[in-house]
Amino acid sequence: MSDELNVETAPRPAEQKEATAKITFIEHDGTVHAVDAEIGSTVMEAAMRNGVESIVAECGGGCTCATCLVHVDDKWSETVGPPSSEEEDMLDMAFELKPTSRLSCQIKVTKELDGLIVHTPAYQGR
Amino acid sequence: MSETIKTDVLIIGAGPVGLFAVFELGLLDIKAHLVDILDRPGGQCAELYPEKPIYDIPGIPLITGDGLTKSLMEQIEPFGPTFHFGEMVTTLEKIGDPLFRVGTDGGKTFEAKCVVIAAGGGSFQPKRPPINGIEPYEAKSVHYAVRKMDAFRDKRLLIVGGGDSALDWTLNLQPIAKRLTLVHRRDEFRGAPDSVNKMRALVDTGKMDLKIGQVTDLEGPDGQLSAVSIKEKDGTVSRIEVDAMLPFFGLTMKLGPVAEWDLDLKENLIPVDTGTFETTTPGLFAIGDINTYPGKLKLILSGFHEGALMAQKAFHYVYPEKRLVFQYTTSSTNLQKKLGVA
Repeated sequence: MSDELNVETAPRPAEQKEATAKITFIEHDGTVHAVDAEIGSTVMEAAMRNGVESIVAECGGGCTCATCLVHVDDKWSETVGPPSSEEEDMLDMAFELKPTSRLSCQIKVTKELDGLIVHTPAYQGR
Repeated sequence: MSETIKTDVLIIGAGPVGLFAVFELGLLDIKAHLVDILDRPGGQCAELYPEKPIYDIPGIPLITGDGLTKSLMEQIEPFGPTFHFGEMVTTLEKIGDPLFRVGTDGGKTFEAKCVVIAAGGGSFQPKRPPINGIEPYEAKSVHYAVRKMDAFRDKRLLIVGGGDSALDWTLNLQPIAKRLTLVHRRDEFRGAPDSVNKMRALVDTGKMDLKIGQVTDLEGPDGQLSAVSIKEKDGTVSRIEVDAMLPFFGLTMKLGPVAEWDLDLKENLIPVDTGTFETTTPGLFAIGDINTYPGKLKLILSGFHEGALMAQKAFHYVYPEKRLVFQYTTSSTNLQKKLGVA
């Protein structure tokens, strides 16, 4: 019951803002996609839902193909954090890696990532 | 050239959908051969998610890719399918009504009354590093597989990668190479610990070289490598003289020869009739992730259904004189005999 009350009293726009985070994908050729990503989804899913074609995601988010590589913008690298060891292993199968490279299927969208900027590579290995 | 293999049905792809098609065909006394570019059954289940759980197989709340593959292999065992692993179907030709001649890159030729394309997202092929100007070197001095070890005898070799393929070939080729250098982007290896230890021992005793970095440039005329540049983590670039390079970055799915088979592809997918899962060519079917039709879902369970309907239509081509009586495995002693349980 108390949840319902909260929903009714909370101002709508603020509520929507809480449910999504703004993520900007900058493709290799300069194309910019600024998208609203659902909190709790992954950066890869946000790319797929919004037609960011340089994200392939062959395995669908299983951390088994390394075709959803992004280079996290330097300003955001610390907030996003480092890859897990499983992800680090998969990064071995990606190309032209930078210190801030991550697999976007392994980056969970959180409130803290509102405003995140990632750069996508020209080639995902296929 | 080898003898032509004659079969009722040739299935291209031994993923879950290709495997289950063997079952549905088998119940109707139709024999099948399967060709797959991987060295084992399972397709994406084997290559992309052997240990990942699958939650949407009807009646099975949770199973891994490996588990599903093993179960399917057990389920189709009574029908004695013949597998041709490590080969890719390259040519498909209609030679009868229906009758197909199918060729593989391994030099095999099949004659099949029906062909079922169950190739999923295409064939798994090695990932090619995006190094500028690599194309002319490929197949000449850049190789993604080792066919004959002797081709690398007394050569200066560069192996790239950190997994089991890179490590295994490092250990196998080091004794016959003139000099072997392994390049990997970090000083950690995901390959088997035993192989990593053996490789490190070779490095420690000066029998091979290990470089941590990424290959950035290739040199050499007419597709023959003479040197490569390696950019290390701190930005310094070193140059090594080599005769051949072997990159091992895993596999990726490519549509491959299917694109050349006159199938009226729609966005790289094969349109089919949803009553039979036949393409526009009679006797040529497409099931699983590689087909398309209104409402298509790329689910394993959809592929199973498609295989069942495909088999009904294929029966009419394989046994044109026979009438097909639909039976259930629960009650038909005839089907149970085929399954070896009656």
